[in-house]
Amino acid sequence: MEQVFFFYFAFVIAAAAVLVVALRNPIYSALALLIMFFHVAGLYVTLHAEFLAAVQIVVYAGAILVLYLFVVMLLNLRQDDRYHRQWPMAVAVGSTLVIEAVILMAMKGWTTPVVATGAETTVGGTGNTEAIGDVLYSTYLFPFEVASLILLVAMIGAIILAKKDLGEPAES
Amino acid sequence: MTELSLRLAVSLAQIAAVMGIVMLTVMILTLAERKVLGWMQDRMGPMEVGPYGILQPIADGLKLFFKEDIVPAGANKAMFTLAPLLAMVPAMIGFAVIPFGPSVTLDAFGITIKPFVISDINIGILYILAFASIGAYGIILGGWSSNSKYSLLGGLRSAAQVISYELNVGLAIVGVLLLAGSLSLVTITEAQAGGFWHWFIWGARPDGFFPIHTQIFAFVVFVISAVAETNRVPFDLPEAESELVAGFFTEYSGMRFAFFFIAEYANMVLVSCVAASLFLGGWNAPYPGTILGYVGLERLAWVENVAWFTFKVYLFLFLFFWLRATLPRLRYDQLMRFGWKVMLPIALANIVVTAITAYFFPRG
Repeated sequence: MEQVFFFYFAFVIAAAAVLVVALRNPIYSALALLIMFFHVAGLYVTLHAEFLAAVQIVVYAGAILVLYLFVVMLLNLRQDDRYHRQWPMAVAVGSTLVIEAVILMAMKGWTTPVVATGAETTVGGTGNTEAIGDVLYSTYLFPFEVASLILLVAMIGAIILAKKDLGEPAES
Repeated sequence: MTELSLRLAVSLAQIAAVMGIVMLTVMILTLAERKVLGWMQDRMGPMEVGPYGILQPIADGLKLFFKEDIVPAGANKAMFTLAPLLAMVPAMIGFAVIPFGPSVTLDAFGITIKPFVISDINIGILYILAFASIGAYGIILGGWSSNSKYSLLGGLRSAAQVISYELNVGLAIVGVLLLAGSLSLVTITEAQAGGFWHWFIWGARPDGFFPIHTQIFAFVVFVISAVAETNRVPFDLPEAESELVAGFFTEYSGMRFAFFFIAEYANMVLVSCVAASLFLGGWNAPYPGTILGYVGLERLAWVENVAWFTFKVYLFLFLFFWLRATLPRLRYDQLMRFGWKVMLPIALANIVVTAITAYFFPRG
């Protein structure tokens, strides 16, 4: 049963991801991305990580993708010049990832993946929300703080960019 | 396998019952809103259909059902069809985790049934927030696919508004989650048992009366943000009649329009249920226990609990109508400034204060 769900989610994720870059209409691309986010969340649910699944939807589908749609609609992108100048970068990134995957497979061999049973996420009778909170503020405190700092920098940067006219009187 | 199919059947029956109740509530609301507005403005409201106008929702429903389905020229047909569904499904799906009554379990046919909640998942409130955030897609896509300037502007306004106020809703409930120590609406409601002073809006500890953990600021932020998130007056800029015709659903007619309409009212019911569960004790009576329990009818105590829940939900729904009859619409920049510069700091300060008091005065 779990295998069936996994392959369904995996297949739809892969197909939707291809559609995101292959579709000509940017709105359709965004919707394919929405479908992909939902199926990634479904994958998290099959791994008993309900909290991550909900956060995935709230953050990516609910906030980030809506902003994408916003920009796409306002800019009204011309459909013909979407792929220019992206090919060299795409080839570079893609080949790096492929090489990485090949090396990883060669090093690890074809081991069978560890199937999550949900037992490790509910150690000591706590749910996975508590488990995430625990490791986030103990084991992974430093990466967490670094991520916070990066977000703070991004936030300040956004304010600076938006406030180019600080010297001029604000129109009201 | 029979147990699985039995569970499926029970779940489907529960879903059907809840959907039925929600649709019935929406029908009542369409009439109640016009009646309440009428009384507040010294009018009668609808009086023609049926005695005292009580059959008006049925007449409205039939009218919308038989209206011509018009798709504007140049509209994106697929998106135009998808948008009302994307608005309506998230509004209805959230009810799956709302506890309508006490969390009793019922053993029938060899399986355990929780009769008053469809699914008590451990991330209940996050689940509602997640699907509430999907509701914006219906509005935004409806606006874009209509191929109309009014619709597009309405859709974009709505997207900005929903994102801004969703954040405040999310932050306002963090205090409650800190106190309850859970994301499940069932657990949160149970943590408020034993009288109104234990409701999180008052916030006394389980052993006292003093409102040390009061969430009244979070409650105010939540209610205002919920009104904004459901696009109701005074935050109904996405459908500001005087400037945008009807906003994102200007071009919609017939059943597609009805879907947007139902979604708006279902969202009102949903946020009322959430507000009642989080801040006003859910199905708990404002006194310890239940009167029916005291007089020896423990088996019927759930009736009283469900009645209290219904009462609280309708109190919020009445508030929605009251606001509509009282307040003028905000201007767009006022709306944004209010959301980001007033609501957000209050919600953040509430989290800090609640965290400190909950640390120094833990709840048992």
